[in-house]
Amino acid sequence: MASVVGIFSHSSVSVPVKDKKLLEVKLGELPSWILMRDFSPSGIFGAFQRGYYRYYNKYINVKKGSISGITMVLACYVLFSYSFSYKHLKHERLRKYH
Amino acid sequence: MNENLFASFIAPTILGLPAAVLIILFPPLLIPTSKYLINNRLTTTQQWLIKLTSKQMMTMHNTKGRTWSLMLVSLIIFIATTNLLGLLPHSFTPTTQLSMNLAMAIPLWAGTVIMGFRSKIKNALAHFLPQGTPTPLIPMLVIIETISLLIQPMALAVRLTANITAGHLLMHLIGSATLAMSTINLPSTLIIFTILILLTILEIAVALIQAYVFTLLVSLYLHDNT
Repeated sequence: MASVVGIFSHSSVSVPVKDKKLLEVKLGELPSWILMRDFSPSGIFGAFQRGYYRYYNKYINVKKGSISGITMVLACYVLFSYSFSYKHLKHERLRKYH
Repeated sequence: MNENLFASFIAPTILGLPAAVLIILFPPLLIPTSKYLINNRLTTTQQWLIKLTSKQMMTMHNTKGRTWSLMLVSLIIFIATTNLLGLLPHSFTPTTQLSMNLAMAIPLWAGTVIMGFRSKIKNALAHFLPQGTPTPLIPMLVIIETISLLIQPMALAVRLTANITAGHLLMHLIGSATLAMSTINLPSTLIIFTILILLTILEIAVALIQAYVFTLLVSLYLHDNT
């Protein structure tokens, strides 16, 4: 993922590319690439912001956005909540001995 | 059975307490803001709904009451989205926790009371005695009115908690009853029907938000104008 500065909501916001994208990194360089990433709080927040706008611009911010743009988010939310409640739910399996 | 029934109301934790904070912060992601006049479909729908509800809510206030419009509209949006997200399977609804509802109710109610006392103290105190009471009844009635005033935030919080929690519990119970009956008795389609009807009625959890904000509005209105 290209490293950017500033608010990144669409591509005409001019940003410098700091280093290579993940798919262009060779396998031997992977540990050094991971260490070069910005893991400060603002860096992590920037990563979430970029991810959010990537999804938003692809599925919701289009001329004829359908309902699947938001149902995908809700389905992921259901799976996320399921993973939290798995601990309680595993007692309800249809087995003789729990 | 007992442990399972209430297990979905435990606040989810990752290694401590805070996963509930993440779940409370999730609804704003579904409500995009925009600086353009013409937006995508999601933003347009939401803006139309917000305009509708805010116009409906704010017409009965005077200028001073309308300074609260941002607070009240964001309150109704938050409670509405949180309750509707809680209808999804396996999800956790923060408004089932009494702590959160008290944290919402007490500051808002206290704000309206203090606003009324600061501006028109005589009008605010006059609420404690309805017009036309016979004279020997006055001391008792003042006490009763004071209690009814002080119980307003408690009523707001407990009303919201109890309604949402009761709805979720009922859905759990009827769902597990359906699963149990499906192997025993096939005219358990009646029970499945009850679930469907209960779910649609439970989408009148949104009406509960109306109730919440409206009672808050009523108290604000009374404290400001009368």
